[in-house]
Amino acid sequence: MPKIKIDGKEYEVEAGQNLLHTCLSLGLDLPYFCWHPEMGSVGACRQCAVTQYANEEDERGRLVMGCMTPVTDGGIYSIGDQSAQDFRSAVIEDLMTNHPHDCPVCEEGGECHLQDMTEMSGHTVRYYEGSKRTHVNQDLGPFINHEMNRCITCYRCVRYYREYAGGTDLAALGRNYQVYFGRQQDGALESEFAGNLVEVCPTGVFTDKTFSGHYARKWDLQTAPSVCNHCAVGCNTTPGERYGALRRVVNRYHGDINGYFLCDRGRFGYEYVNSELRLKRVLGAAEKDLLATTATKDTKVFPEISPQKGVQKLAELLSPDSARQVIGIGSPRATLENNFALRQFVGDENFYLGVSPRAASLMEGCKSLHASPDTRSPTIPDIEAADAVFILGEDVSNTAPRVALALRQSVRNAVLDKARKLKIPTWQDAAVRQLDDGERSPLFIAATEPTRLADVVSGLLVAAPQDLARFGFAVAHTIDPSAPAVTGLSQPQQRAAVQVAEWLMSARNPLLVTGSGCQSEDIIEASRNITRALAKHRAAPVNTCIVQPEANSLGLSLLQPETPTAHQQHLMQVAQLVEENQEAGLGTCLVILENDLFTRIDPHIAERLIRGAKTVVVLDVLLTGTTQRADLIFPASAVVESQGTFVSNEGRAQHFYPVYEGSDYIQESWRWLADAALYFCQHNTEFPPHIEAMANWEHTADVDAALQNAVPGLAGISEIPPDRNFRISGLKVARQTHRYSGRTAMYANLCVAEKKQPVDDDSPLSYSMEGAHSEAPPALASSSWAPGWNSNQSINKFQDEVGGHLRGGESGLRLTLEEAGSDSGWKTEIPNAFAADPEQLLIVPRYCVFGSDELSNEAPGVRELSARAKLLVSSLDADRLDIRNHDRVGLQIRDQDLELDAELCADLPAGMVCLPMGIPGLPHIDLDISAYAGLRLVQRAATAPVSRNPSPDIAPETGGQQ
Amino acid sequence: MKASTPLTKNIGPENIAATIEQYQANGGYAGLKKALSTMQPNDVVETVQAANLRGRGGAGFNTGLKWSFVPRGEGSPATKYLVCNADEMEPGTFKDRLLMERDPHQLIEGMIISAYGIEAVRAYIFIRGEYHLAADRLEHAIEEAYEHGYLGHNICGTKFSLDLYVHRSAGNYICGEETALLNALEGKRANPRAKPPFPQVSGLWGKPTVVNNVETLCNISHIIANGPEWYRGLGKGADAGTKLFGVSGRVKNPGTWELPMGTSIREIIELHAGGMQDGYKLKAFLPGGGSTDFLGPEHLDLPMDYDAIGKAGSRMGTGTMIILDDKTCPIGMVRNLMRFFAKESCGFCTPCRDGLPWVEKILTDIEQGKGSVRELDQLAQQVWNMRPGNTFCALAPGAAEPLQSALKMFRKEFLDHIERGCCPYEAAETRFVGA
Ligand SMILES: Cc1cc2nc3c(=O)[nH]c(=O)nc-3n(C[C@H](O)[C@H](O)[C@H](O)COP(=O)(O)O)c2cc1C
Ligand code: SF4
Ligand code: SF4
Ligand code: SF4
Ligand code: FES
Repeated sequence: MPKIKIDGKEYEVEAGQNLLHTCLSLGLDLPYFCWHPEMGSVGACRQCAVTQYANEEDERGRLVMGCMTPVTDGGIYSIGDQSAQDFRSAVIEDLMTNHPHDCPVCEEGGECHLQDMTEMSGHTVRYYEGSKRTHVNQDLGPFINHEMNRCITCYRCVRYYREYAGGTDLAALGRNYQVYFGRQQDGALESEFAGNLVEVCPTGVFTDKTFSGHYARKWDLQTAPSVCNHCAVGCNTTPGERYGALRRVVNRYHGDINGYFLCDRGRFGYEYVNSELRLKRVLGAAEKDLLATTATKDTKVFPEISPQKGVQKLAELLSPDSARQVIGIGSPRATLENNFALRQFVGDENFYLGVSPRAASLMEGCKSLHASPDTRSPTIPDIEAADAVFILGEDVSNTAPRVALALRQSVRNAVLDKARKLKIPTWQDAAVRQLDDGERSPLFIAATEPTRLADVVSGLLVAAPQDLARFGFAVAHTIDPSAPAVTGLSQPQQRAAVQVAEWLMSARNPLLVTGSGCQSEDIIEASRNITRALAKHRAAPVNTCIVQPEANSLGLSLLQPETPTAHQQHLMQVAQLVEENQEAGLGTCLVILENDLFTRIDPHIAERLIRGAKTVVVLDVLLTGTTQRADLIFPASAVVESQGTFVSNEGRAQHFYPVYEGSDYIQESWRWLADAALYFCQHNTEFPPHIEAMANWEHTADVDAALQNAVPGLAGISEIPPDRNFRISGLKVARQTHRYSGRTAMYANLCVAEKKQPVDDDSPLSYSMEGAHSEAPPALASSSWAPGWNSNQSINKFQDEVGGHLRGGESGLRLTLEEAGSDSGWKTEIPNAFAADPEQLLIVPRYCVFGSDELSNEAPGVRELSARAKLLVSSLDADRLDIRNHDRVGLQIRDQDLELDAELCADLPAGMVCLPMGIPGLPHIDLDISAYAGLRLVQRAATAPVSRNPSPDIAPETGGQQ
Repeated sequence: MKASTPLTKNIGPENIAATIEQYQANGGYAGLKKALSTMQPNDVVETVQAANLRGRGGAGFNTGLKWSFVPRGEGSPATKYLVCNADEMEPGTFKDRLLMERDPHQLIEGMIISAYGIEAVRAYIFIRGEYHLAADRLEHAIEEAYEHGYLGHNICGTKFSLDLYVHRSAGNYICGEETALLNALEGKRANPRAKPPFPQVSGLWGKPTVVNNVETLCNISHIIANGPEWYRGLGKGADAGTKLFGVSGRVKNPGTWELPMGTSIREIIELHAGGMQDGYKLKAFLPGGGSTDFLGPEHLDLPMDYDAIGKAGSRMGTGTMIILDDKTCPIGMVRNLMRFFAKESCGFCTPCRDGLPWVEKILTDIEQGKGSVRELDQLAQQVWNMRPGNTFCALAPGAAEPLQSALKMFRKEFLDHIERGCCPYEAAETRFVGA
């Protein structure tokens, strides 16, 4: 390790790094703008100047840019040298000649890197008296504001957007002091990672438009460590609240997961929490006769009832009654705690997963792939480090967006290697990118559409799910000939399979990405063979990223009771049961947890299921189709109001804390159930022990303790969260910043007495500005702050090295799912090849980052963009049916008739369409039941609209290889 | 035939380009044939290095030495490029234009030999957008060269092949900076690149690349044909060869002439440019284009040699002088230059992008009599901000050169403007109105 001297002090530092990175990692303050820990150096802003001395005798030294200077053994540097200080202050003065100094009205104010660095440079007096350059701003869509006058031309935005995230519609335009960072014309930014601009831009040019609608200063927000619930990647977030409303979500650094970046669904989907559909009180449906007179058939009228009354009604379900059966329906979007409470409430044998049969079997398949000794689940940095990637049947850009962003980095490993060979440091970002001669670490995508990663693939196969599975089996067979072979593969596919196998076998860090995105068990089976073959070849487990759609899909599957009778407890079984019970004269009572059945199974079946039930109790966050049909409704807290645990795709159990207390009677679903258990025990003399146990649940920790006892796979989860009694020097961790303002006066318009702060005896956090702040361990630290560092860049101060791991350990517990002796041998059932039928097109699910997630769809911005979801149609079918791009088309699926816009795709084989899933306004199509559709033209598109998600402009050859 | 003015030997008074026949008749393409038939690529590099040819684009780096940094021979990257820098946007500079318009084959031959030396497979001439005539003539000459087998596959029957293209710039002074040029040639924003890596290692599309000035490359065929000793002997002093020197400003005969390196400034101005126009005295001059420091009459007897001019506190630059006379406002002249540089800043780094417009504004204020003494300190501060190394590329340090020397040489004039509250030259109706 090189030894260097900075301002007379000796340090031993990491070799090969640049001086800025080194200084910051040492905890020294050196201002910077254009450098970013994740994006490296370009040397544009000249803010990071330090003095470098040739030797001990050299007294003058010369200025060098810290970010562009490699540290060398024996190097002598000074940050404090007067000329370096003068220069840094001069740079600020230059930058400020065009900056409007509008901090008081700027939304970046208070968390602005420019403010921080200006302070740090010590520059105070401005002599510039001329006019400032001004720019016209653009409308960049529902998420992001644009205020170009504030720009300091650091180039971070375009480097992030174009080079890091692969966007094309934001650029640096023009030259000299008038460089403009924007789009060619107004319009929503196309990248699903555009939201990170808000954090990447060190000034108030790009700010969060959703936040503007209900703005508060950063220091006035109450925050807590949370986890994104809009997909199963489990990015760490910091939601901020004020006046009982959720104001925004920002990234919370996690060295093994999201790092510095979120996706836009995760960042902007939060507004569902403030939606008008939010349930806040306990509601009981009015009696049926009232219903008949005042409301249309089947619509219920919901008068509010007291929570006590509601709990009493819920408790009634616990009394033994041979004339009825109580069924609990869990949910992959609810926490482990809530699902487990329901399971305990209704009894293991009466707990159902709340998903369709296909989804249940996929969950099972994914779980067992996780548990296979041949697989290892990768962190995001692992994914970035992959030097050969095979994606089988998953459109990660839409189902696990943050993974797609990581995969985009993985293809650069070849170029990074080349740079290392040429002795160009990998942090020399522009120089390394310059070396890019189109060579990439291989990324092969086999999917049902080209996907948003098509611009960086080495090869692409677009095919029907069964053909993808066959291709996967063929890859496995190529890697290990003892794996079953696939017959009848086309020549190009055969060649591609050989190529993919070679890539995977010769890679240092091969990665398989697969999942349930095609709703195909065959794909999971094929993945199993691939990992088995490759693990044998490598004599080590294979990094396998197994993507499931919802925040707690994996967690829910771990809760599936191990009862031999109920192997797969899914909604079709519930439907059947309800009917059987009806015939037998038994009533079925359904307790539905945070789940809208109408989005899970065929709506007719959901209808029959609900209609056939005697009582329907729903605990949920929003008023959904299912809630509207319930008899008893409990308001459940949203993730930001909850303490709880999700298990991510990675198999990491992550605990999160409420940012604020939900309004009115909102509480975690498990509390309603525990309340009912308590009520029952108080009003009965006999009660089963598991209900008694529940009655004693007071804290989340109690549920977690019971949970880990009951579910072996979850051992250790009750140790994840620091104990609720955890204190730092006797203090809880404060949710409010030390600068939180107006607390005593916030509600003075309602009552002059200071509103009492809620007491949180469930967690080590307090609803207060009193308490520990920056000393909190990562699991409890919602936002970072250090003296002089008010922006998100303050995270530097909490990492073992900048861009590295959080000191104090990354939060979450990677579960060990491995089952001993779970090698089940080769999967031998290879599906038949897809045979196209011109009359009946195969429907393949298409997921949309904006539109396929139930909760985020209630955020207005997400909804605006989801309205653009399109049906992907093969150009071959389109030609035959005279359909053109953007035409309105009709899709006849059994008795359902859907209308939506078509997007043509030349790569798509004839005979299949990709139907966007979960889009508001489109009925749910249960692909278990209706997998085929007739297609027709409804209306010719007038003019081609500008789409937010245009298909990638390069079209790699189908089934080809480079 | 060994001419004492090899670069312009085919250039007559008429504005026409030498045809390939005329060029060949006057010894053209002999150097190429010699190189291809009798020399290994490395011999070419060594010969040019021995000739002590220094780059004519401004920096004066030894050309052969620069080439020697290119990874060559077995195991080196198969694809390498040669790029001719014909951007010529330096204020007051018009030498490359003459060479390209009048004798395009000289450049083409020089490029083919150079490409052979560095083992390039493709070559580009990146030419200033306004140079329509030069570009047309080059394109025509390139066609001729292809027809005669000097370009394309198996040149002159050897294994060496080369394609040569003319790329017309979209126009930006920064495109003359070699790495910004490479970006522009790739179709990217014309921002300079960080060095290292140098273009010789990672240049055009990440491949080893040499960028040379037009005039530099025009010397090559003569060096190969006549040998390094001959070439070194052409110079009068320390530096080798001849050079195109130019003079603009209020002289009797502005223009450009090929003269031996080391010719005295006085000879260039007084003999070749005919001396100052009647009624004007020489006050100062920029010896090598708009981004060099002012020198004064006391320097007239210096030889135009890289080191001699360097010692005097300026730079040889492009060797094309701009004369400031006694009736032109020096502040106006500098303001005009700064306006150019501020506008042409690529906008990548702060001291240049935001500093130069400020400088321009202060100079405008001072010129109009609205300046203050404090602003002189600010100008000095800006000069300091733009020192080499402080900015990302050499544009800003270059821009700072006339300013820093003006602040020293014309302090009295600056103070005059400030104290009088107006431009003292205005009455004389000779305010500098711009180049
Ligand atoms: C702002 C700027 C503009 C330049 N413009 C030119 C130019 O127009 N022509 C040129 O040959 N060199 C120009 N140069 C110098 C080139 O960067 C480079 O040094 C030169 O092309 C190398 O060729 P040489 O070694 O043959 O001199 C410029 C440099 C800078 C910093
Ligand atoms: S918009 Fe922001 S990120 Fe982009 S250059 Fe300007 S200040 Fe930097
Ligand atoms: S990738 Fe998933 S977890 Fe991460 S921010 Fe996006 S939706 Fe949330
Ligand atoms: S000095 Fe900086 S801003 Fe100026 S041209 Fe060079 S890189 Fe661009
Ligand atoms: S951070 Fe080093 S130059 Fe911008």
